[in-house]
Amino acid sequence: MSDTALGHARHVVTENPVTGFALALFILFVLAAIFGPSLVPYDPLASDTANALQAPSGQHWFGTDQIGRDIFSRVVVATRLDLGIAAASVALVFAFGGFAGLVSGFFGGWVDQVIGRVSDTIMAFPLFVLAMAIVAALGNTVPNIVLATGIINFPLYVRVARAETVQRREAGFVDAARIAGHRDMGVLLGQVAPNIMPIMVVQMSLTMGYAILNAAGLSFIGLGVRAPTPEWGIMVAEGASFIVSGEWWVALFPGAMLMTAVFCFNLLGDGLRDIVDPRRRT
Amino acid sequence: MRGLLLRLAGSLPALVAVIIVTFVLTRVLPGDTATYFAGPTASAESIAQIRAELGLDRPLPEQFWSYVQALVHGDLGMSLTTGQPVLTDILARLPASAELTLCGLLIGMAIAIPLGIIAAVRQGSLADHACRVIVTAGVSLPVFFTGLLLVYVFYFLLGWSPAPLGRLDAFASPPPAVTGFYLIDAALIGDWETWRGAAAQLILPAVTLGLFALAPIARITRASMLAVLGAEFIRTARASGLSSRTLILTYALRNALLPVVTTLGMVFSFLLGANVLVEKVFAWPGIGSYAVEALIASDGAPVQGFVLTMAILYILLNLAIDLVNRALDPRARHT
Repeated sequence: MSDTALGHARHVVTENPVTGFALALFILFVLAAIFGPSLVPYDPLASDTANALQAPSGQHWFGTDQIGRDIFSRVVVATRLDLGIAAASVALVFAFGGFAGLVSGFFGGWVDQVIGRVSDTIMAFPLFVLAMAIVAALGNTVPNIVLATGIINFPLYVRVARAETVQRREAGFVDAARIAGHRDMGVLLGQVAPNIMPIMVVQMSLTMGYAILNAAGLSFIGLGVRAPTPEWGIMVAEGASFIVSGEWWVALFPGAMLMTAVFCFNLLGDGLRDIVDPRRRT
Repeated sequence: MRGLLLRLAGSLPALVAVIIVTFVLTRVLPGDTATYFAGPTASAESIAQIRAELGLDRPLPEQFWSYVQALVHGDLGMSLTTGQPVLTDILARLPASAELTLCGLLIGMAIAIPLGIIAAVRQGSLADHACRVIVTAGVSLPVFFTGLLLVYVFYFLLGWSPAPLGRLDAFASPPPAVTGFYLIDAALIGDWETWRGAAAQLILPAVTLGLFALAPIARITRASMLAVLGAEFIRTARASGLSSRTLILTYALRNALLPVVTTLGMVFSFLLGANVLVEKVFAWPGIGSYAVEALIASDGAPVQGFVLTMAILYILLNLAIDLVNRALDPRARHT
């Protein structure tokens, strides 16, 4: 990033403290994902039935669940898995969807047609339902959750990458690269791809939130991550039966954590968009 | 009329795609249906026999053909959990889901559209800021979590709403089925006690879905109102001395609603998915919780039937949105 871009970024963060806040939150989540498991006070899987369903206290900050596990430890440890699933699926769709969009916009013709039809097919389904169907068909595993979450985001990435590529297809720098003797793929990957990268990064941040929600939603209905693994969606599902009897903390803390993570990525995405593409500021 | 037929034909590729994908997902991918049907203790011969019975040993195109034929006859297979044909189960449960989703959408629109209009008309006002916060927060809310929070506050703390267990109190009997929508059926026979009971059960899950639908609708309403209010015909109308009420509600809103109606397609995509989660939270006896139960019992046919039903519903909804768009916008009739 050049000096002016950094300066602009600093300007955006200072002018819009919300983005700075989101950035701080993001760093906190990343730290929790990396160091969380070695920092938490209790073993996230250790049950202690004598202390089951204890309300939050100095000893158990977020209380304990139905078999006495420490909810704070579980919520923190789950960060790695939840963010990991979302990040992996976003990376996957960034690579495949982004490349498909580049190729589609750059070459047009039958390639464009085929990729367009694939996107249309995915879009013909309500997306969460399609994710359910994919996980149900392929099997109930974490890699399949990653894949399903990636697939339902595919059309979005194709559309953004394609639109940005079409705008640049006839640009001067593309002609220059051609005249300099680069082949199509060289121009595409060496010139056009780096050029649309900032927009794609914004897209990644904006879809991270949706990916987290989607994965947690799948776990909530019993697809994907299985108990007793600490994961936010599953923990909310486990806490759901205690809501009606007043033990709110079992579901509230994992749910609030999930919400905060999604909120953080959405704010961050909006902030990044302001930096990358000031015209689209809202 | 010709345009209308063309639009109808335009839904066909999506329908074909949906049928192919559900076929591929259930027959071609790993996970052997025959082993599954035979049960864990089955011998190799009985698996082979079941495979032959189900036609799974035949070539794929042939399997696909018989799958399509079965679909045409409305045969979605049998549910192992309920012992009923999947189609019967789904048709019996569909009204519950439809009533919930539609009420959720109506609640969402009833809040989001006025909010979006006020935010656009009074740009920078408190309502505008509220709109922005709601839009950003709304897309971050896990719908199952909002539902649980509402249950905690309104059932456990305040005691205003009944236990989140289905469409009616366990001791009440449902109204005679006409539409399958309890609110309509109860109103038809004038049974207001049942109507109130059904409404009390419906309100929390519907509000949960409504909160979820609110954000995208409010955002697009605000954006398209802003765009329209900046247009020249609005300036002209204002210069002609029209009251701002007529100006905003008649001139601007009618034009601004077009993008809102178009966005409803996306909103429905999210709503139909969120519906599954909300049904699970509120033990709502719709097709979403039917699919979740089948998933837990690894019962394949209901899941497949559910996915197909949802996808077909979504195609029909998109078609309906297009028709509404045509009714609202004369220009759309010529494309």
